[in-house]
Amino acid sequence: MNPTLYALAAIAVMAGVTFLTRALPFLLFGSKGDPPRMVLYLGRVLPPAVIAMLIVYCLRSTSFAALNGWAPALIAGLFVAAVHLWKHNNMLSIMGGTILYMVLVQAVFV
Amino acid sequence: MSRRSLAAAFPHTVPVLMGYLAIGIVFGWMLASIGYSAIWAFFMSLTIYAGSGQYLGVELLANTAPLADVAVLTLILNFRHLVYGLSLLDKFKGMGARKPYMMLALTDETYALLSNLQAPPGVEEKEFYFTIALLDHLYWIAGSVVGAIAGSLIKINTQGIDFAMTALFLVIAVEQWESYPSHIPALLGAGATLASLLLLGPDNMLIPALCAIVTGLLLLRGKLDEKSEGGVAA
Repeated sequence: MNPTLYALAAIAVMAGVTFLTRALPFLLFGSKGDPPRMVLYLGRVLPPAVIAMLIVYCLRSTSFAALNGWAPALIAGLFVAAVHLWKHNNMLSIMGGTILYMVLVQAVFV
Repeated sequence: MSRRSLAAAFPHTVPVLMGYLAIGIVFGWMLASIGYSAIWAFFMSLTIYAGSGQYLGVELLANTAPLADVAVLTLILNFRHLVYGLSLLDKFKGMGARKPYMMLALTDETYALLSNLQAPPGVEEKEFYFTIALLDHLYWIAGSVVGAIAGSLIKINTQGIDFAMTALFLVIAVEQWESYPSHIPALLGAGATLASLLLLGPDNMLIPALCAIVTGLLLLRGKLDEKSEGGVAA
């Protein structure tokens, strides 16, 4: 597929599905009736499982063959978790961790 | 949007302004680093309007992921929004023509503001909610466009900038770890995905991992349901 067409299609899918997840409760349960308990249960327990899944997904290319394959992600990841536990400041944790990671892969573990 | 509702709504949105500018700038910068211009950043932030969803979107666009994968991943990442809507059913009654927009704009941060705020006296309630949602959306668009422009003008070595996505998810995970009554869902999610990665490799790991997670959570429902009662959905 043409790259521009692919990008448009992928963005349309993301936009459509995102809207659907936000609109569905109003469409399904807007007038009357309670949502199924199973949906409520999954809505409560799925988010932390999905975020944990995505963290593993983000780190899927980690290689343990050499130090520079895993040390930057481990150091920057621990930094993000520790700083966020300490300060609870999204900007500091995300930007600080990303800059630290960039320095580590570009200048320290080359 | 009246001046009065703007004056009432703006102060409540300042924390979101700071957060969205920062996270939006990083998103725009990441998008620029894979060769997309600011117009794309504007278009994505206008139509998708989801922080973690758009971070993942950069990854998906960079890898030309199959559209079916894009759909499934977006769905599971945004599944939590199903719960948001449920708790705002009453507040959104009578929004009229603005209701579809209110649904589109229902991000984590806007949800948090809307579910905790009441319109001050003298300000029309629905107008107040709408103004909050619109302001937050504008901050997000502005941040991502600024980031994309900066990323295309400032030529630094961006190797490693994609770690911002990992960092964002780590931050969300820390917040969840502190607020959830049980850590089993998070540990199950990490364990099942690791197993899937080791068994199936990095290209085909997500859908099987997700199936395992949903199955596991349903099997553990008897144990987890009472614990999670009154948790996030409250």
